[in-house]
Amino acid sequence: MTIIIVGCGKVGVALARLLSVEEHNIVMIDTVAQKIQDVTEELDVMGIVGNGSSIGVLTEAGMQDADLLIAVTGSDELNLLCCMFAKKAGHCHAIARVRNPAYSHELEFIKEQLGISTIINPELAAAIEISRLLRFPSASKIDTFADGKVRLIKFEIRKEHLLDGVPVQDIPGRMGCDVLVCAVERGENVVIPGGDFLLQTGDEVSLIATKKNAAAFFQRIGMDIQPVKSALIVGGGTIGYYLAKRLLEAGIHVRIVELDPRRCEVLTELLPKATILQGDGTDRRLLLQEGLPMAEAFVTLTNLDEENILLALFAKKHSQAKLVTKVNRLEFDDIIEGMNIGSVVYPKYMTCDFILQYVRALQNEAGNNVKTLYRILDDRVEALEFTIHEESPVIGVPLTDLPLKKNQLVCCITRGDEIFIPRGGDAIQPGDTVIVVTLEQGLHDVQDILEE
Amino acid sequence: MNLSMVLYLIGWILACEGTLLLLPAITALLYGETAVWSFLATTALCLAVGIPLVIKKPRNRVFHLKEGFVTTALGWILLSVMGALPFLFTGAISNPVDALFETVSGFTTTGASILKDVEILPKSLLFWRSFTHWIGGMGVLVFLLSLLPLTGGSHVNLMKAESPGPQVEKLVPKVQSTAKILYGIYLGLTALEVILLLAGGMSLFDALTTSFGTAGTGGFGIKNTSMAEYSIYLQVVVTVFMILFGINFNFYFLLLMGKFRKAFFSEEVRCYIGIILITTVIITFNIQGMYESLGHAFQQAAFQVGSIITTTGFSTTDFNLWPEVSKTILVMLMFVGACAGSTGGGIKVSRLVILFKSVNKELHQILHPRSIRKINMDGKTVPHEVVRATNVFMVAYVLVFSLSVLLIGFDDHDLITNFTAVAATLNNIGPGLEMVGPVQNFSLYSDGATCVLIFDMLAGRLELFPLLLLFRKDTWQKF
Repeated sequence: MTIIIVGCGKVGVALARLLSVEEHNIVMIDTVAQKIQDVTEELDVMGIVGNGSSIGVLTEAGMQDADLLIAVTGSDELNLLCCMFAKKAGHCHAIARVRNPAYSHELEFIKEQLGISTIINPELAAAIEISRLLRFPSASKIDTFADGKVRLIKFEIRKEHLLDGVPVQDIPGRMGCDVLVCAVERGENVVIPGGDFLLQTGDEVSLIATKKNAAAFFQRIGMDIQPVKSALIVGGGTIGYYLAKRLLEAGIHVRIVELDPRRCEVLTELLPKATILQGDGTDRRLLLQEGLPMAEAFVTLTNLDEENILLALFAKKHSQAKLVTKVNRLEFDDIIEGMNIGSVVYPKYMTCDFILQYVRALQNEAGNNVKTLYRILDDRVEALEFTIHEESPVIGVPLTDLPLKKNQLVCCITRGDEIFIPRGGDAIQPGDTVIVVTLEQGLHDVQDILEE
Repeated sequence: MNLSMVLYLIGWILACEGTLLLLPAITALLYGETAVWSFLATTALCLAVGIPLVIKKPRNRVFHLKEGFVTTALGWILLSVMGALPFLFTGAISNPVDALFETVSGFTTTGASILKDVEILPKSLLFWRSFTHWIGGMGVLVFLLSLLPLTGGSHVNLMKAESPGPQVEKLVPKVQSTAKILYGIYLGLTALEVILLLAGGMSLFDALTTSFGTAGTGGFGIKNTSMAEYSIYLQVVVTVFMILFGINFNFYFLLLMGKFRKAFFSEEVRCYIGIILITTVIITFNIQGMYESLGHAFQQAAFQVGSIITTTGFSTTDFNLWPEVSKTILVMLMFVGACAGSTGGGIKVSRLVILFKSVNKELHQILHPRSIRKINMDGKTVPHEVVRATNVFMVAYVLVFSLSVLLIGFDDHDLITNFTAVAATLNNIGPGLEMVGPVQNFSLYSDGATCVLIFDMLAGRLELFPLLLLFRKDTWQKF
């Protein structure tokens, strides 16, 4: 496919990096020559210096023959304008990033009126993910499939869970609930475990289950499944606002620490039920005074990654709270992963995942669409949800007889209202949606899991 | 420096050369020549060295501009060394330095020869000599880029190092597709020339070798008199194609895309055509007394101008006997060279346009000290880095040029010979004036001087920097 990306920021470049590996033709547009220079040196893409909302520049970028335009500049209005031009003049699909909360209620309207395929609001997406984590504090990461009915939950095995030395196939029997371990990270290695794989203390395990089964499982191994009752949020920006709103709706008590007095006033107007504290989030005294040691959840959402990480480390020392840290920069994710500061949320990765999912689905519109895509465990594993159509070669064959490639796992089938974890004798039927966990990157059709 | 990646690519270059050597081997087989064994032995040697290097893909695939330049420089040197072996094995050239000169002259599309009599060579060797022009014209790395599935964008650095011109731009987003398009155009134009030459009654062997020489803007002839013996029609065809291969290939891509306006809007192409027209007219009037008709004079002038400005180096007449004005114009054209992004050598028209505009800008600055001006080309601002690189290129060019003239001066030939010999090799043309004129050859130089000229040819083809970089200590440091 030919894809035009407007805006060479962090998300633009991260997307280009992911998409160019998948053999797409990519043209990048930015007004800053240096950024274009850097990206063309690093990646196999073409760069054009200019304003992405000018028809001339878009034409030069080959808008007429492009399949997709992704607008991820810093300005919402510019993004929308680019997409509108691409849609009206170039007839390609268009994805815009729009972050201003003022537009958040009108997104559907804007989408329809301007003819834009999809609008992504990374801040809202991040807030949704964080609120999910706070409602299920034992997990370090939760992704959802099948419209929220199926969850992919990541957690670390501790000694008290009594899972050390347990083979993966024995878990449903022992615990009496239908869950499936679909990926395990042990030290440097990531594996998709077979049935006889023995779990160990210290493994980072991703398991797939329905909401109910997951709750039962965590209860059996003695983990906390109650949502937090109160949360302390540092940073009252856009994500903070979206998050507080959702938490308050769920009846969770919210305190927000925000430095800017004017922003505080805005927040008090928008969130009358929340406690808004004006002050510096890095002020030790303030945090201790506001009961950090007693807090159940501590969420750091300031604009400085360093500050967020330091605050999380501080809270780790002084409290038992569930920690959620927002990180903007993508460069040092491997180091942050090693710091053990609870859940880390990257709004920029979420944007990338979302767009990648759209691109994969676009690639074979007639075939088995990618419905959902997540990259988990340091992006070494992909979890994808496919809708199965009539002609698919996987239909009707029991799973044990399917010639699957190595490191692929079909881990959940949704059939109508029924959701189940398939056993060897089960077969996929048309109309199902299936979740596949794989070490291979770039699947865009369910038949890609089969040996050729 | 990521040496494993450099070696991996060099392995590919050698494997590629080994395979291409099969073509002259087949030629030898068809003509029943014993040279076939020389070619097969070289193929075996290339594969023996190349294949072990490519079997294991390096784990560290980091590839920067530095690696691109070093790979290009080393790759071209090895390519030439291997390519020289058939000349030695067949005994056609006994001196290894001379054999290397002949091959470098081929790959760099220079076309200068140390052979006094080329007609006694086996057909297969003549084929190989001309074929090296064709390989070297568009570049062996660009060829590899079109074949190898090299993922990652940094491989554009290979293209940057090998393709001529101040600004190397991709035609389409992917390097591989760009390389394929370039070779597609190259192959298409070459085929067209072969057909037109065959239509003019040339034999297939002559048509192929002549087309290779024209396409790469090389200029090895298969006759001692170069192109002089061929009919007027054939000479005209060669003239037209020489000029066509000197045009930026971007131009053809735009034509293929149907963007005629944008194609003809190119300042470089218009300038290039302008220079050819003006100089041809001046020379025609200058030499008309030497030929029976004005038309013939024009045809001769056009051939020589086309041959020199595109740095091909074919000749239909001994222009060493022309009046001084014409000779001077031809020497100046040697430096002008063809368009950037073509197969030609020289300083390149686009660089001269940028330099000319810089001078103009500087003069403007003197008159209006506070004015702010940018250099524009094709309606776009030329980035400061490109202007700077162009200026530095010019300085380096003058330095290399003067040093070479000084070094070969120790052979004690006259200044015009030495000056034009360096001009003809550094600009990848072939013939110079006086003792290295179109009907002479380069055998007069000693081994030392020949080595200097070999360096000049490589430096000229790769546009100085890749080769100069090899002499820096920190190129080889790990960090």
